[in-house]
Amino acid sequence: MPQTIGIPKETYAGEKRVATAPDIVEKLIKLGFSVTVESGAGEGASFFDEAFTNAGAKVVSGTDVWASSDIIFKVRAPDLSEVAKLKEGTTLISFIWPAQNPDLMTALAARKITVLAMDAVPRLLSRAQKMDALTSTASISGYRAVIEAANAFGRYFNGQITAAGKVLPAKVFVAGAGVAGLAAIGTSVALGAIVRANDTRAEVADQVKSMGAEFVKVEYEEEGSGGGGYAKVMSEGFQQAQREMYAKQAKDVDIIITTALIPGKPAPKLITAAMVASMKPGSVIVDMAGEQGGNCELTEPGKAVVKHGVTIIGYTDLPSRLAKQSSTMYATNLLRLTEELCKTKDGQIFVNMDDDAIRGFTVIKDGAVTWPAPPLKLPAPPAPKAVAAPVVVKEKSAFSKLVSALTMPIFAAALFALIGLYAPPAFIGHFTVFVLAVFVGYMVVWNVTPALHTPLMSVTNAISSIITIGALIQIAPQVAPGTARPDELIRWIAIVGIALTSINMFGGFAVTRRMLMMFRK
Amino acid sequence: MSGTLTTVSYIGAIILFVLSLGGLSNPESSRKGNWFGIIGMTIAVLATIFGSRLVEIPGGHEEWKLVMPDGLIFIIAAMAVGGTIGIIAARVIKMTQMPELVAIMHSLVGLAACTIGYASFIDTSIQFTGAEHAIHVMEIYIGILIGAVTFSGSVIAFGKLSGKITGKPVLIPGRHVFNLAILLTVIYFGYVFVTATDPNQSWLALIVMTVLSLIFGIHMVMAIGGADMPVVVSMLNSYSGWAAAATGFMLSNDLLIVVGALVGSSGAILSYIMCKAMNRHFLSVIAGGFGTGGGTVVKKDGDAGPVGEVTPISALDTAELLKESKSIIIVPGYGMAVAQAQHTVYEITKVLREMGKTVRFGIHPVAGRMPGHMNVLLAEAKVPYDIVMEMDELNEDFPETDVSMVIGANDIVNPAAQEDPSSPIAGMPVLEVWKAKTSIVMKRSMASGYAGVDNPLFYKENNRMLFGDAKKMLDEVLTALKA
Repeated sequence: MPQTIGIPKETYAGEKRVATAPDIVEKLIKLGFSVTVESGAGEGASFFDEAFTNAGAKVVSGTDVWASSDIIFKVRAPDLSEVAKLKEGTTLISFIWPAQNPDLMTALAARKITVLAMDAVPRLLSRAQKMDALTSTASISGYRAVIEAANAFGRYFNGQITAAGKVLPAKVFVAGAGVAGLAAIGTSVALGAIVRANDTRAEVADQVKSMGAEFVKVEYEEEGSGGGGYAKVMSEGFQQAQREMYAKQAKDVDIIITTALIPGKPAPKLITAAMVASMKPGSVIVDMAGEQGGNCELTEPGKAVVKHGVTIIGYTDLPSRLAKQSSTMYATNLLRLTEELCKTKDGQIFVNMDDDAIRGFTVIKDGAVTWPAPPLKLPAPPAPKAVAAPVVVKEKSAFSKLVSALTMPIFAAALFALIGLYAPPAFIGHFTVFVLAVFVGYMVVWNVTPALHTPLMSVTNAISSIITIGALIQIAPQVAPGTARPDELIRWIAIVGIALTSINMFGGFAVTRRMLMMFRK
Repeated sequence: MSGTLTTVSYIGAIILFVLSLGGLSNPESSRKGNWFGIIGMTIAVLATIFGSRLVEIPGGHEEWKLVMPDGLIFIIAAMAVGGTIGIIAARVIKMTQMPELVAIMHSLVGLAACTIGYASFIDTSIQFTGAEHAIHVMEIYIGILIGAVTFSGSVIAFGKLSGKITGKPVLIPGRHVFNLAILLTVIYFGYVFVTATDPNQSWLALIVMTVLSLIFGIHMVMAIGGADMPVVVSMLNSYSGWAAAATGFMLSNDLLIVVGALVGSSGAILSYIMCKAMNRHFLSVIAGGFGTGGGTVVKKDGDAGPVGEVTPISALDTAELLKESKSIIIVPGYGMAVAQAQHTVYEITKVLREMGKTVRFGIHPVAGRMPGHMNVLLAEAKVPYDIVMEMDELNEDFPETDVSMVIGANDIVNPAAQEDPSSPIAGMPVLEVWKAKTSIVMKRSMASGYAGVDNPLFYKENNRMLFGDAKKMLDEVLTALKA
């Protein structure tokens, strides 16, 4: 009996997203599940009931979806009335935020169900990245933040020189270069703005630069990485220096996008009322930390307000404002997660608590709270390796360098001295020819293009059959008067030699020719 | 024909041979170069057969002698037999089998050097005294030595390349001592051979040396792993040249010396280029054993090797990815040759180029089993050579590339060479395919390459694995692209 995945309509006010998409439904069915979708669930994201039916899902109305499903896919955490609809033994997969919602956790645990929290996916585990909905959601928010800013901003983003005058490019400052910040940087750069960004974690500077923005440093030495890819609270001295930098940027830029969040704490107040007042009229601030109180003192969460002539946007539903994209990406994350749970592809999920990734996001297992998960045993960061490196790569001492530099010349000199002392004049003649020929060969062969190295080998092969001349000379006797010679034996040996080298001579040139004919422009 | 004319003909032949190698500097002039080689060879052979030679006669005077005409029929017969075999082989050989053909041809040069050396030794008509005698017998000894090593080494290389002998290094315990013992024995018998007064003693020395040289050649190549084959093939190329040069010294023939030196230095340069492309020292390649013993050292600093999971991709998705990209770099390796996939690769290239995409090929110097192997295969499949680039020409371009497609290559795209100083291939120049937006690796399985090193590329986030036989997978990609 395959398990049924149910997708209810999101009930949170203004939420347009849905936890699956018709394309994904097909793939879930391929995994062996049957899928039930609440009527109208996808309307906000432009996925209509018909599309779900065509994809093979059953469209049902109202509470049926809760009653008939073994697994529930949701976007937002369920409210208490929804919790009441969950039947015992169900597996709920959605955003939960267990730290912020202790009451919800208690209520869910009481229903004796299993809860998998999308916000608890271990982000540092590389194989969990495909199910990391926080990342996909954040990147959509970052994109949408820029679109909202552009909408409220009265000018072009890109600089232009037109018949109607010169237009300066907009200057955008992005505070916090996490996933959302980087997406905002990328989108702003694509629109043609001049983009600057800052983050307390110095290691993201390269990522900022790679997106085409300038990294603005705070002139104060402190490491701001707080583990898990998040920032931590900084010291007072640092914050002072940071405020000065922000004040300077506020005066200069047209658009500020803030994404600074610290886990489990209210968002840091980066932009003061005074800074807002110092901005040019018509400027825009998009505060993406609205839900956690905002990075700007004047932000009103969920609203766009105009203060001191500056539009301050504090929307908390940015992903929902791009509902189709968000839903598709979230649905894909859920699909990947389902694949992890159902490795046998038989429509049955198995919550394997020995699996690091699955253990990480399982917050309630059969009614027992299992959150938070023990810390991951991640492989050591690569830093120690860099320390070990100099040990492996031994630096040669000056002396051994000298020795190796002198070995060849001394050896060559000794060889030449020996030859000069003992060799007969006839040999010297041949030796001269030999040495010069080696040099000619050296000069000529370095000019050969690497693409023709195989033809080079076959042609040198062919011409080394010149050795046949040795056999040709031997086949006929060169007898001096008065000496004897075993003619027959030598002749037969020479004939063998000629036959062998002829294979090379003819074969080598023929195959070279064949190869060279193939090279064409 | 006078003796001077013969000498002049030899000079002409030498010039033509040099031009022949010089012509290979680009594909256009190379075809002409091959003809230069053929003409040079014809001149040299005719001048030797029909010319007279300066014969040194004991007693200090020299005399011109003509070749005895009754030798001609044997020469023609031998050349006809050898030539027929050669031309047939050149016709039927598949381009993927080129390394084998080249290896077996090297062995023939080696064997011929041996026969000429023995014939020269039993030729009692040539007699020298004093230093000249010592030099002459030494030349015979060295000529046979190099010839024998080239012969047996090339035969083993042929066996390895054609898969008749295992491609893995075969190591006997104490192999360095064994090699040293052979070397010392050969030097000792060389001394015996030069100073011998009794013919039996000379024969013994010569035969012992020949047998030892053959064993040495076998042992040397057996100990070398498949990935080092390009070095071995070019090294044997070099040896066959030195064998010819040694024969030239033996017979006091400048043409042989010059051509031998040309070929010898050509092979030596190729070996050097190959070694440099693998960041290996020439001696360590020859000492052999790469890809077996080194593996244990890698793991010593508690590093569990690359971690994470590989992301597979289907042929259909690969085609989609290619359709959506603007610039593509294809990196072929030995796997492409094994699967005979070069024609399909070209078909895909053609389709993609018609869609207006930039498609280029990135060739690592040691891709395949001999220098330039990949270029020849791609040329066979009619890939125009101006989109086939060397590693240094396009390695900088990967960050601006949308998709890099690795077909049956492994070690030459291994990021560990740059990132992990304890890796056995650390410092080897590699194609930086992982810097492309997406890299696709086509591979039969997760097995490591010939170097026996795990490849962190497979675990990179932007890497996708397309498992299966390269030919079959590429056919599927092609079908999907055309659909």
